[in-house]
Amino acid sequence: MSILVNKDTKVIVQGFTGKEGSFHAEQCLAYGTKIVGGVTPNKGGQEHLGKPVFNTVSEAVKATGATVSMIFVPPAFVADAVMEAADAGIELAVVITEGAPVRDMQAAKAYATKHNMKTIGPNCPGIITAEECKIGIMPGMIFKKGHVGLISKSGTLTYEGANQVCREGFGISTAVGIGGDPIIGLSYKQLLPMFEADPETHAIVMIGEIGGDLEIQAAKFIKEHITKPVVAFIAGQTAPKGKRMGHAGAIVSGGAGTAKEKMDALEAAGVKVVVSPAEIGKAIAEVL
Amino acid sequence: MNIHEYQAKQIFAKYGVPTPRGIVANTADQAVRNAAELGGKIWVVKAQIHAGGRGLGGGVKLARSLDEVGEFASQILGMTLVTHQTGPEGKLVQKVYIEEGADIKDELYLGVVLDRAKEMPVIMASTQGGMEIENVAHDNPEKIIKVAVDPAIGFQGFHGRELVFGLGITDPAEQKKFISFASKLYKLYMENDAEMIEINPLIKTGAGDFLALDGKMGFDDSALGRHPDIEDMRDISEEDADEREASRYGLSYISLDGEIGCMVNGAGLAMGTMDTINYMGGTPANFLDVGGKANAETVAKGFEIILKNPKVKAIFVNIFGGIVRCDRIANGILEATKMVNVHVPVIVRLDGTNAPEAAEILKNANIPNVIAATDLADGAAKAVAAAKGE
Repeated sequence: MSILVNKDTKVIVQGFTGKEGSFHAEQCLAYGTKIVGGVTPNKGGQEHLGKPVFNTVSEAVKATGATVSMIFVPPAFVADAVMEAADAGIELAVVITEGAPVRDMQAAKAYATKHNMKTIGPNCPGIITAEECKIGIMPGMIFKKGHVGLISKSGTLTYEGANQVCREGFGISTAVGIGGDPIIGLSYKQLLPMFEADPETHAIVMIGEIGGDLEIQAAKFIKEHITKPVVAFIAGQTAPKGKRMGHAGAIVSGGAGTAKEKMDALEAAGVKVVVSPAEIGKAIAEVL
Repeated sequence: MNIHEYQAKQIFAKYGVPTPRGIVANTADQAVRNAAELGGKIWVVKAQIHAGGRGLGGGVKLARSLDEVGEFASQILGMTLVTHQTGPEGKLVQKVYIEEGADIKDELYLGVVLDRAKEMPVIMASTQGGMEIENVAHDNPEKIIKVAVDPAIGFQGFHGRELVFGLGITDPAEQKKFISFASKLYKLYMENDAEMIEINPLIKTGAGDFLALDGKMGFDDSALGRHPDIEDMRDISEEDADEREASRYGLSYISLDGEIGCMVNGAGLAMGTMDTINYMGGTPANFLDVGGKANAETVAKGFEIILKNPKVKAIFVNIFGGIVRCDRIANGILEATKMVNVHVPVIVRLDGTNAPEAAEILKNANIPNVIAATDLADGAAKAVAAAKGE
């Protein structure tokens, strides 16, 4: 068991034949992900990485039965790609692309929600169910199979966290990089109950950062609904106010969205909050 | 990206959002000519910098004659204006905006920002114009009316009614004017991919007209590609030179006050590295995300920018190699130390793909300044010790 994706999940790639799409699709195939085809307009009928290429997502879904799409199209085309996936009946879109305009994501997410399509990202490393299915750009080898679920706004902190958990002798069930943009798809609040319901997940690592209030919403949700132990780290305790720290959404504006308020809320919800990401592994060892 | 008040007002004018008439000037002589062209008896001379609180800092002056316009413009031009938003170093004023005086009856606040929780733009209005909206939100949250607008339906009549009744505007003619003002502001927010608009104050004149007395706008950097007219409004003198230089090389850099330079891949890990240094008793000198392509050139550039800061006593390179292999990064670091004279200790932590090979490369290179670390905690501890001269 795991959440959202497993060894049987059928995946297509939008932006399949592009440089990034090709490189990472190949890595995912090597990991064992069931990539069943891809979409690049005007390249339909060709074969790429031994898989069929389609002109539209709708054709790809009809021909392959894919339920998940991994999206690598350029930023200006992200909204179009997400909406096309939703329209074609895709159940989960994983958007890797960084730099999609906020207004576009707002519209795309609203449309996806209307079509019951879940979205991960944009600007994220993707999702991985250890040793079964990797949909994204993370290095697969650091995710050993185990019982810790991981949700993170940051790519490299996902790897840092997973690596520590595995070094402590535990492993990962599923890890989800949700991205650091102002508007994102699935967030802590939607993913936490999935991990709570997954019998293979025994504890959850939650990595957040400054900006917005998703971590505060998560804290409220954990307090009421989550019984499994949660370890959290919030990046940006030392970040100056009003400065955007790399991620489009990582900014303390008007004094709101600070690391401290998030850490306090999580602590009050019974979460084990660590002050440095170097403590994540140890904290998991303590709660498990 | 942010723009100046005079530029925001140009956009307002394009959309029919009423503002007082004004003309921007680079010199005191030009300021006087602008005032003469505008006519009237009272003018406002306003410093153009990307920060609020200009009035309190002496950057906004009311002139009652053309002589005074010239006098105030020469005082303000070239001054380093310090406000609560500029930081203690202040900002150099290079332009003044000469605006006709307005007959102020009431001061209101009107803004549009993205509500991240609702995932749609929210129009914020208040009768407490002229005050810091954060303070109003803190002290009198009931004085702020928030109306979220779903872009799928756009600005509707009911949004307007919620605003005017919330603000206590009862005269039907004034209601109509205010609603028209707000709907145009929403339209220009959406069409220009703005991130925030703030009009503080928005004034009601004695004649019952609404005017944008101030105007602040910020834009979504990711959307600037489709707004060349707005990109043209960029004032590079308002931006940090090192941050700009870094961004040309795909590096995301922000300078801070501390002593330990940081070079990290990924924004989250970069923040986490700063937090860890702080936790271990050190102080981070900067945020630096080298992105997914850490190679010799970007690492060298990173060293160069970090070392411009004379306070830096040690550098912590913290890379978690994913798709990019650590052995390549190790070679990149060695190359970079040849390209840039790195005179402070460099603590290197490389983890992830091919980390053992990378450690071997660093060990064999045997550069006295380069200290290898095994993990994040070890690296941060060594960097803190090195900065203290231990």
